[in-house]
Amino acid sequence: MRLLERFGDRTIAFLEYLGGIVSLIGESIRSLVHAQIRFAETFVQSYELGLGSLLIVLLTSLFTGMVISLESAQQAVQFGIGSLVGGAVTYTSVRELGPMLTAVVVAGRVGSAIAAEIGSMVVTEQIDALRSMGLSPVRFLVVPRLLALAIMLPLLTIFADIISIVGGMWIAQAYAHINPATFISSARQAVGFDDVVKGLVKALVFACIIAFVGCYQGLSTRGGAAGVGRATTSAVVISIILIFGTNFIMSYLLFGAH
Amino acid sequence: MDRSIYARLDDVTLSFGEHVILKNCSLDIVRGAITCIVGLSGAGKSTILRLLDGLIEPSNGHVYVDGHDLCHTPERKLVDLRQKTSLAFQFAALLDSLTIGENVGLPLREHTALPDEKIRHIVDDALESVGLRHIYDSLPSELSGGMLKRAGFARAIVTRPELVLYDEPTTGLDPIVTNLITDTILRLRQKLDGTAVVISHDLHSIFRMADYVAMLFEGAIIAYGPREEIRTSTNPFVQQFLTGSEVGPIPV
Repeated sequence: MRLLERFGDRTIAFLEYLGGIVSLIGESIRSLVHAQIRFAETFVQSYELGLGSLLIVLLTSLFTGMVISLESAQQAVQFGIGSLVGGAVTYTSVRELGPMLTAVVVAGRVGSAIAAEIGSMVVTEQIDALRSMGLSPVRFLVVPRLLALAIMLPLLTIFADIISIVGGMWIAQAYAHINPATFISSARQAVGFDDVVKGLVKALVFACIIAFVGCYQGLSTRGGAAGVGRATTSAVVISIILIFGTNFIMSYLLFGAH
Repeated sequence: MDRSIYARLDDVTLSFGEHVILKNCSLDIVRGAITCIVGLSGAGKSTILRLLDGLIEPSNGHVYVDGHDLCHTPERKLVDLRQKTSLAFQFAALLDSLTIGENVGLPLREHTALPDEKIRHIVDDALESVGLRHIYDSLPSELSGGMLKRAGFARAIVTRPELVLYDEPTTGLDPIVTNLITDTILRLRQKLDGTAVVISHDLHSIFRMADYVAMLFEGAIIAYGPREEIRTSTNPFVQQFLTGSEVGPIPV
């Protein structure tokens, strides 16, 4: 009986969470449709959330590209197909690892920051103060962060793709003596422009996940400083799980037919 | 509703799950007067302010402000109604990322098309009226508790609301700043010619500024009347509260 009760409670909590997120998405879309956008705040958020993440995204992407190249070059040279390493690195970076790793890094850095900032505003009554002044917290806080991430995450993904390929090319040359021209030629054969666009579509969806989950966790913070801590952790964990799950579904839908 | 009554809680019950905060609570807020609400910590006093500001809805009953029923009112309509009321929060609740001037001017920037110079002038005037000069460019983190509260008052009155709600304005302040805050509330009432509701535990401050006093106990108003009537009340709950005695009907 208790097991059933617990299952029921969990189900209700999950449905409440889902309802909250859907309501947040709906209100954000309404703000966007009515052009209720705070451009100055969106610019500030783009700078802080996007440029602030650039270095860590570049570093993780560089090492990821290097390690893919190292592993694939080792195998490829053994089988005499070293000329395909460029394709392998670029294919993996542009279609999968570029968008996903960038999103995971940004979820860790930015999703947590959004949840912590908004959560602190909840516990210090700043959100109530906004509502009391007749200002919508969604228009005031959520929409600028959503737009900032929707602009900056695809841009960061482009940088991540490039630096990952450059790192891979460098290792391929240094470790397996694969000529950069051969590397680039292989990359161009393996990956088309549509692959790049699909990777950026993934980044856009991941940006929405990070923004909505971070903002929702922040806005639903309860219980003082401990609550802010819980909201921050939950924002990162939920975002990362959703990013991985969505990545699989999108890969299936976008690339599955090939 | 009688024109002399600006706001009213009509048989309001509010509960969160099993926890009942207010139970059949009724209270009239007289137009143009300062009504102070007293009661034990956690009695639901601040909840009454949130109900009057439309931030929360009662589980049962009605909340009227200037003749409008706030219950079951769409958020968009509430946004319009909130232009008439203003809530000064216990810890000011100024936005950390904005300067004091930007905080105080925020409602004007968002709800009016006034030019920047005009907003600056109104904000300076609001800061001046709470005794804070030259802090337009300061950040909230740079101010003391008393200054923060007064900056919160400035934001609350900048749109010249008809009803100002003060949530524990003197809590945690020394006697000198408490007096200053009390004076400020009295001065602001004169300046705005409006209505105010104050939640406070400071009896000296309450009996200086209140026109009416209401006592909240176990989710209901158990005593209400003009200041002197409450001061001399024979109600054992009121007497125990005013004397701070451990002996009486209020369990310690």
